Amino acid sequence: MTVTSTAVRAWRGIRWYLREATGESAYDRYVAKGCTEHPGSVPMDRRTFERHRQDLENQRPQQRCC
Amino acid sequence: MTTTKTPQPQQRRTLDPRKIAIWTAVSVAGAICWGVIALARDEEISAIWLLGAALGTYAIGYRFYAKFIAKRVLGVDNTRATPAERKNNGVDFEPTDRRVLFGHHFAAIAGAGPLVGPVLAAQMGYLPGTIWIIVGVILAGAVQDMVILFFSMRRDGKSLGQMAREEIGPVGGAAALIGVFAIMIILLAVLAMVVVNAMAVSPWATFSIAMTIPIALFMGFYLRVIRPGRVMETTVIGIGLLLLALIAGGWIEGSALGDTFTLSKETLVFCLIVYGFVASVLPIWMLLTPRDYLSTFMKIGTIALLAVGIVIARPMMKNEAVTDFALNGNGPVFAGSLFPFVFITIACGALSGFHALVASGTTPKMIEKESQVRMIGYGGMLAESFVAVSAIIAASIIDPGLYYAMNSPAALLGTSLQSASEAVTALGFSITPDQLAAAAAAVEEQTLVARTGGAPTLAVGMSQIFSAAFGGGMQAFWYHFAIMFEALFILTTVDAGTRVGRFMLQDTLGNVYKPMRNVSWRPGLIFASAIVVGGWGYFLYAGVTDPLGGINQLFPLFGIANQLLAAIALTVATTILIKRGKLKWAWVTGIPLVWDATVTLTASYQKVFSDDPKLGFFAQRTKFSDALDAGQVLPPAKNLDEMGKIVTNTTVDGILAAFFALIVIVVIVDATRICLRALRNPETVTNTEAPYVRSNLVAPAGLIATKEEKSAMAAIGGPENQP
Repeated sequence: MTVTSTAVRAWRGIRWYLREATGESAYDRYVAKGCTEHPGSVPMDRRTFERHRQDLENQRPQQRCC
Repeated sequence: MTTTKTPQPQQRRTLDPRKIAIWTAVSVAGAICWGVIALARDEEISAIWLLGAALGTYAIGYRFYAKFIAKRVLGVDNTRATPAERKNNGVDFEPTDRRVLFGHHFAAIAGAGPLVGPVLAAQMGYLPGTIWIIVGVILAGAVQDMVILFFSMRRDGKSLGQMAREEIGPVGGAAALIGVFAIMIILLAVLAMVVVNAMAVSPWATFSIAMTIPIALFMGFYLRVIRPGRVMETTVIGIGLLLLALIAGGWIEGSALGDTFTLSKETLVFCLIVYGFVASVLPIWMLLTPRDYLSTFMKIGTIALLAVGIVIARPMMKNEAVTDFALNGNGPVFAGSLFPFVFITIACGALSGFHALVASGTTPKMIEKESQVRMIGYGGMLAESFVAVSAIIAASIIDPGLYYAMNSPAALLGTSLQSASEAVTALGFSITPDQLAAAAAAVEEQTLVARTGGAPTLAVGMSQIFSAAFGGGMQAFWYHFAIMFEALFILTTVDAGTRVGRFMLQDTLGNVYKPMRNVSWRPGLIFASAIVVGGWGYFLYAGVTDPLGGINQLFPLFGIANQLLAAIALTVATTILIKRGKLKWAWVTGIPLVWDATVTLTASYQKVFSDDPKLGFFAQRTKFSDALDAGQVLPPAKNLDEMGKIVTNTTVDGILAAFFALIVIVVIVDATRICLRALRNPETVTNTEAPYVRSNLVAPAGLIATKEEKSAMAAIGGPENQP
């Protein structure tokens, strides 16, 4: 284990965490899921997907506490 | 038949000497910290000891008590599929990595509450607040969060209100619903008042906070149109703009524009009400979602910075351990003595009923494994408690004279530095007019006198810690940084809270008039938003113009409402335990319930029935209305108009305090009846849990996967896509 490889691992971990936490990876997950579950179907493009996701979120507000 | 034993990964009762050594060391370290705190008499101690005591106690509580509750009391079952696994639809039900979900859950529960409450409670000294935060979270707050999360998860993510209706009955359910709605209104009013008090007569703060609106709108547009889904780059841009706005605030203050951004409290109230209404009606991608990204990152970043700052700066506690106000109840920040008011003032951070709404909202629908309720429910609340301990430290390292000059009502402090200095001396502390002027100059504010609400005090404390820890003498920058960070997530709470309240109201009114239930129906949406905004707007305006001081009057009411909700949540939890035949474990939620109900009801009783006009709302009312009838003007009122205001406010506040107490009593009595019936006729109890389905997922329970968990995940080619 060199210092660089530890740093690379840490960077990957942080990037993975932030992408998951912010929902940035949702589209990739959606595409991957579509490929395995409905092979041959054409997934929505990113713009349509994100718009769809935002509109769904609009219907169910997240509670924010004190 | 073979005689060799097969290893059983689930059963490990062997005592590992290394682990025993570690946990003994943790206990000893925690005990030493507590010892230093306990033995310090009339000498300043370092804030480090408080952090050490907190962390040591959390570790023990998490390792032993939370594990006991998860295994023995709740009986978490990792072979049972969670709703996220069973009903996975990629929208609201979706198995989510435990660490990611922890982040979401923490961001949802932690806001301004654990920062503001401890600052106000510091008038009792740092010790009562600190003990309550640490002990309360271990035995009550974190238990409530974890237990409600578990019960909701077992019921497909039902809300607290739905569980109250199913477990207790329509009366308890209705009371819970009204309680939830009422507490939201008061909560939003009090939080909005904290922002107003921080922005009033401060062009720097007003400008930088106002700029968060165009910044959020830009981010929303960027995410919707320019680069859909690229949240991280959008947030980086947003934070850059935010820091720019913060620096620009300093320029604005010194420039000709300074006067434009010097707004009175009344103007700010009007702006906030308009803002709250617009934000609630707009689609969330425009304002709410981007603001939420900003505020979450700022929140977590600043809290981490504060903890690091305390460790580096190791400030001394200037506050007394226990002040005289704790016993005589004559404190200027809020009236009433240690019991019950410390436990009311500090809600978030020790025990917060509001969390039960989050724990029965989105989190239970996303949890991967049952065993993770400990990390997310209990662990998330421990993290919030840590925030509260940091806040009480920040409020206690500043000079007590300055603390009282900032937090006493304006009416007590008078209009000049001289009168403020005299008022502080009369309270038994000291600060000279020159020192007051110097303290304001250090953070480049016009004045720090009567800057109530907690946020400015916390900002002064944080700016002292940051400038001591990171050098550079940028106290004014850090002060406004802290103000903006608090305002940012308070405004997010105001946006989100108004919206949630609007949805709740539309759903309830939908029972009477069908179209209301459609949350996109414009007339219904506008009507419901107006009611919610009007509700908190009323209390905000009344509080801001209250001659007696709005924080002083309304904060206890907010605390009572929050603890009332906790009582409802704990009652629901205890009822479920008893109905599931777990009477012998009912004390786990029952003891916190008894404590919480005692505190809340005592506080309500004093607020309603006390003869002391400083404490009891109706005694206050009588005093001022008698004088008003006689045509007299009593201080702090300056004219008959203000006299009338006091009479109206005390009437409303008194009725609310009585109403809140009544709701708790109704829920508890109704639940007791149900529990007794369940104990007498166990066969009549119906199981409200979703049926058992075998789980195919494998995921670790805690933050770090154990060896057994790793091999189990490897065996199925695990979902663990991350080192």
